Amino acid sequence: MTATAPLHEVTKEPALFESILELIRRTSTILPDDVVRAVTAARKNEAEGSNADVALNVIGCNIGLAKESSLPLCQDTGTILFFVHTPVGYDQLEFEETATEAVRAATKKGYLRQNSVDSITGKNTGDNTGPGSPVFHFHQWREPHVEVKLMLKGGGCENMNAQYSLPDPKLGGRDLKGVENAILDCILNAQGQGCGPGILGVCIGGDRGTGYAYAKEQLLRELDDTNSDPLLADLEKRVVEKANQSGIGPMGFGGNTTLLACKIGTQNRLPASYFVSIAYMCWAYRRRGAQLDLNGQVTEWLY
Amino acid sequence: MALLRITTPVDEATIRSLNVGDTVSITGRLYTGRDAVHHRIHEGTRPPVDLNGAILYHCGPVMVKEGDQWICKAAGPTTSSREEPYQHEVIRDYGLRGVIGKGGMGEKTLAACKQYGAVYLHAIGGAAQVCAASIKRVDGVDWMDLGSPEAIWHLWVEDFMAIVTMDAHGRSLHKEVFEASRERLEALKA
Repeated sequence: MTATAPLHEVTKEPALFESILELIRRTSTILPDDVVRAVTAARKNEAEGSNADVALNVIGCNIGLAKESSLPLCQDTGTILFFVHTPVGYDQLEFEETATEAVRAATKKGYLRQNSVDSITGKNTGDNTGPGSPVFHFHQWREPHVEVKLMLKGGGCENMNAQYSLPDPKLGGRDLKGVENAILDCILNAQGQGCGPGILGVCIGGDRGTGYAYAKEQLLRELDDTNSDPLLADLEKRVVEKANQSGIGPMGFGGNTTLLACKIGTQNRLPASYFVSIAYMCWAYRRRGAQLDLNGQVTEWLY
Repeated sequence: MALLRITTPVDEATIRSLNVGDTVSITGRLYTGRDAVHHRIHEGTRPPVDLNGAILYHCGPVMVKEGDQWICKAAGPTTSSREEPYQHEVIRDYGLRGVIGKGGMGEKTLAACKQYGAVYLHAIGGAAQVCAASIKRVDGVDWMDLGSPEAIWHLWVEDFMAIVTMDAHGRSLHKEVFEASRERLEALKA
């Protein structure tokens, strides 16, 4: 079934359609609580009246305005990434078709910008669908219900992602020191262009493709969680501390808040490869989720 | 830090009086123009609007048509560095006095600001609702064939706030922060 499935296909799963549409609305317009807490807490670290303080104040106002008016926090509603867990035997194709219809409807309503462009002709499809959009990452699990998480990742921050291959003469060898220096190099190059203060998802290992995918999955973690691996927990903390001493600050204006969090995971690698893949997320870190029953009704909102 | 009111179209003397760190409040017409617009102008097509004294906004808004009227649903700045290959000549050839965006621009644009009298104005990235609140009307649109986010939207703004981060005296906050942060991070290396 292609993205041009007729509307009657949707009416088979009206509850799922409505649930996904509401998930998109919430994700685009209401920042998750953990992110709001981090952005709010950052303000006390900046000198009153400084450009950094002004930026964080405007960001705070923007979070409130978007929520009240049910309008997109940021005009770049980004790559639409669904991370879905389904029970064995669940029809994932039907989920994909219904969610794609919900994306079309959300675009019409203005929850999403028209963001899917043919890479050769430059033509905008106008409804956020087309080859590769939206993006679905399906996994099966042995739970009886469906879990869907949605991330909207803007192009400004996506452009700041970076992938390093260690060893690197400037950054170091195949160890956590090399990883740390690679991450700090990414922060230096990003400056304010990814709409900092940023949040990093990092994958050590994997291949070039899976490394980036797993780095993005790290962004599904809550900002105030602690990595279960003490070495990585320590590295995450150190990266944030050092980044915040860089002086880059919110929007690159200078200041003490450059990173809100860093989340690091690992995948096994080939003996020949050692990739550090970094997904830079902007402060407007739009991710939400829901648990659904098999009829598509929301049983619990996540985040 | 001074707060300065600007109305568009704006003259060269006003622009040359601005300094890095000034906060400006803009009232009047803004045109949006981003990647595809700059590319098309660079390829030789004249812009369909008069950019003399104008301020160009690097922005791909969310627009929805209600009846005959376009409504702006969200309109924060996009990353400006992608226009670095083109911005200098657009300032030179069409009399642009300012660009609004985020993340700053490079040496070529900074040189154009100094030579021709223009400034780079930084809006707050991601703050699409704060920016949209000062957009009072959508007066028109050109080059819609580029797709809605890439089109030239004619916006009427009142008290649109931005911070001068590159001025016509050759100063760039972005250059300064980059240099300082490079030194600091070098010292913090593992």
